[in-house]
Amino acid sequence: MSLVGELRVDWATSLSLVGTVLKALTAPLVGTALVALWYGEPLVPFLATAALTLGAGIALERLDRGDLGLREGFLMVALTWLAIAVVGAVPFLVAGEGSLASPVNALFESTSGITTTGATVVSDFDAHGRSVHLWRSLLQWMGGLGILVIAVAVLSQLSIGGAQLMETESQTQDVNKLTPSIEATARLLGWLYAGLTGLMVATWLAIGAVGLGPEVTLYDAVAHAFTAVSTAGFSPRAESLGAFSPAVQWATIPFMFLGATNFVLLYHLTQGNPSRLGESDEFRFYLAVVLGLTGLTAGFLVASGEFTRIERVIRHSLFQVVSILTTTGYATVDFNGWSPAAKHMLFLAMFSGGMAGSTTCSIKTLRWLVVVKSFRRDLFREIHPDAIRPVRLTGEVVDEDVVRDVYAYVLLSGIIFVLLTVFVVTDAARAGEQVGEFEAMGASAATFLNIGPAFGDAGPYGDYAWFPATTKVAFIVLMWVGRIEIIPVLVLLTPAFWRS
Amino acid sequence: MRVVIVGAGEVGSTIAESLAQSHDVVVIDIDSDRVESLTYSLDVLPIEGDGSDIDTLEEAGVADADMVIASTDDDETNIVACGAANVVSDAFTIARVKSPKYLTAWQRARGAFGVDFMVCSDLLTAEAIVGLAGLPTAQDVDMFADGLVQMTEFEIPAESPVADQTVAEADRFDSLTFAAIIRDDEVVIPRGDTRIEAGDEVVAIGSPESIRAFSSEIAPEERGPEDVVIVGGGEIGYQTARLLEERGFSPRLVEQDEDRARWLAEKLPSTTVLNSDATDQDLLDRENVGMADVIVAALENDQQNLLATLLAKRKGTDRAITVVNTGDFTELFEAVGVDVAVSPRKATAEEITRFTRARRAENVAIIEGDRAEVLELEVDADSVLVDRSIRDVAADIPEGVVIGAITRGDEHITPRGDTIVREGDHVVVFVDTEVLDEVTEKL
Repeated sequence: MSLVGELRVDWATSLSLVGTVLKALTAPLVGTALVALWYGEPLVPFLATAALTLGAGIALERLDRGDLGLREGFLMVALTWLAIAVVGAVPFLVAGEGSLASPVNALFESTSGITTTGATVVSDFDAHGRSVHLWRSLLQWMGGLGILVIAVAVLSQLSIGGAQLMETESQTQDVNKLTPSIEATARLLGWLYAGLTGLMVATWLAIGAVGLGPEVTLYDAVAHAFTAVSTAGFSPRAESLGAFSPAVQWATIPFMFLGATNFVLLYHLTQGNPSRLGESDEFRFYLAVVLGLTGLTAGFLVASGEFTRIERVIRHSLFQVVSILTTTGYATVDFNGWSPAAKHMLFLAMFSGGMAGSTTCSIKTLRWLVVVKSFRRDLFREIHPDAIRPVRLTGEVVDEDVVRDVYAYVLLSGIIFVLLTVFVVTDAARAGEQVGEFEAMGASAATFLNIGPAFGDAGPYGDYAWFPATTKVAFIVLMWVGRIEIIPVLVLLTPAFWRS
Repeated sequence: MRVVIVGAGEVGSTIAESLAQSHDVVVIDIDSDRVESLTYSLDVLPIEGDGSDIDTLEEAGVADADMVIASTDDDETNIVACGAANVVSDAFTIARVKSPKYLTAWQRARGAFGVDFMVCSDLLTAEAIVGLAGLPTAQDVDMFADGLVQMTEFEIPAESPVADQTVAEADRFDSLTFAAIIRDDEVVIPRGDTRIEAGDEVVAIGSPESIRAFSSEIAPEERGPEDVVIVGGGEIGYQTARLLEERGFSPRLVEQDEDRARWLAEKLPSTTVLNSDATDQDLLDRENVGMADVIVAALENDQQNLLATLLAKRKGTDRAITVVNTGDFTELFEAVGVDVAVSPRKATAEEITRFTRARRAENVAIIEGDRAEVLELEVDADSVLVDRSIRDVAADIPEGVVIGAITRGDEHITPRGDTIVREGDHVVVFVDTEVLDEVTEKL
């Protein structure tokens, strides 16, 4: 009791807010139950979970709610993701089908879903019902931007510091407020996200209707739209996008790309200001990285004689680069068989990520651009030691504190990546499994940076089920850490956070 | 015209001096010594008091005044004085401000604050510096006819190919007129056979392009400046850098105060801001200031400006433009090695005087401390110029007048003997002060 008395963090407030978000989670669960009803699949996994979530939500919400301070905000964000990951795992466990039936696997899949990672432990795609697959996709859609929007919208209805939350959620993400009211901004972003999803469903159906993608069903269109726009990457098909025609694959590329584009820029695009895209330093950089890596990958594919037709070279290299770089993680082909050079291009792309203020994960192009610009500034200062030269993005001065934070973030990501790789290799050896170095690095990056598929057995047509349970637990923790961008977690771990 | 001037500092006294001959001038100042010294030096009515105080203004007879000029060193006082004057009189109000923020607000709504005309010293100075920086050997630059015509005073260096040529030989530009040559305080109206000597100051009127071409003719070894170093990041230094950026330059700016330097670096994306002391010789070497084309010294302190300029010149900088805050130092600075000394107070006084005179002309430039003026006039039906060729008119106008340029609509016409002037044309004329009144009456 005395320990709790010393804590200045108001657990009750944070937990009460988590309760509100959990309550809101009832709706998608019931929605999935309706889909299960339609396909004649068991309703229990979803209805039971809905009841559980509603009960837990109401119970938590009843806790004394005080003012949401900065600390409560940090705590609430971290706990919300954790809570949804746990709740999301329940339908998998209750359904009790195939590889998802074990608690660790169910939690892995759910965490991978809600963090929009897309790494799967599903090795037997046909063993699962359509409703279970849809729940995987829906988790990812909510995780993309949905959680933020739901939380902000719900919380602002309760007139509690939504702005505080938004700030915590989007640390260095440049989510400029588009309207004076945070609630209106959240709603606007939500509509944009939903609109983009709807557009993709329509696009897929249209391609199917004109006969260019005869294999497309409404179910496929919805399930993939949920996971493309959220740059998350789960697919109900074992061959991912490889199961679809080239036209469908081509049509999916722009949606992954847009999902990883800053939503504020997308908003301006819908307002008829496309010039804002071209003016953005980060967008130009993002585009250049995508095109540059695609060019190199295509070059290596041609050199190794992987594909002979030029359309295939361009489609597969562009699709894979966009998919990996935006942290989506779809595949049109098993790139495990590609030459080492081409595979390494994809490995590099893992560390890029899309633009800040989008659904993407990983380091993000904004941070890399700050690193590049500040490095260029350092070189300039070698020649002009007295010069004061602020780092600018699209003309705006980047605060020196932010530059420092960016370096810290990149460095921390590197350290965590290396430590995780070492852990994966060591843990596999302990469990008597064989994991190659590149495979271990790939799997570490793919989980921690929330990408999904890696190389080798965890490759695009493989899965993560075979990793030792301890490794999977480590992956679960780091997917969570990666999605909420390390810093809030580290903040939670500092003694200062818990002291006055 | 009855003119009330608030503030008898350098700006106020200079204006008072130039207006006193032909107008009733009242000068208000809070400082009794200044008031007393004015009493003996100028033919004006000095009043001791606070110019922003309505009682003082009424005592100065502001109700009957045609013009109120607020020219103290304090921006707010000047604005309030104009506002107060506006309450009790219909006089035209002119306010001098240093900070461009007031000018920005005033430009949005002319007449704001009760000010009819606003002059911003720092911006004016920066504009003058930028105009001079672009033209090697230029001493003074003024624009006429909405920028179609430019008047520039050049000093002819000894090594210039133009030195020792006749005007006819040097005049190879279509739209350029040699209006005058100023030689040892004397104004020479050039003829075709007049010889240009080294050290002369040539007043040229013409299109900006021809002026630029002539500038490189005078000093062919000097390309247009590319590398400009500004010393001092005060308001003048900042505005100079900003205007240079607008013209596509990437200047370097040295500022000693770190916080100010950081502020400047954030405001000026194309400027390299150096946080250092401009009189630090190591900095000058490190930054190769000697290789710079132009150094602009815009520190707050005259002595430091001179020191920074001389150090840079010693390192080899081609051209130095230096701000002098004490107008009396101008000639001294130019004598010891500064190429052009710019005084913000003089520039302000000149601008206000210009404006008071320009109410009869469209625009006025004052040459070399009142020795001559360049006027822009719109030709009306009564003018002796209308529908006659310039050769014919010559007999009717006195010596000491040169028609430098004519604009008709957007068109620039170079005046030659057979050029016919039409009603509605704008003429830019160079006029010796001695014949000023006679000329303005006739044209």
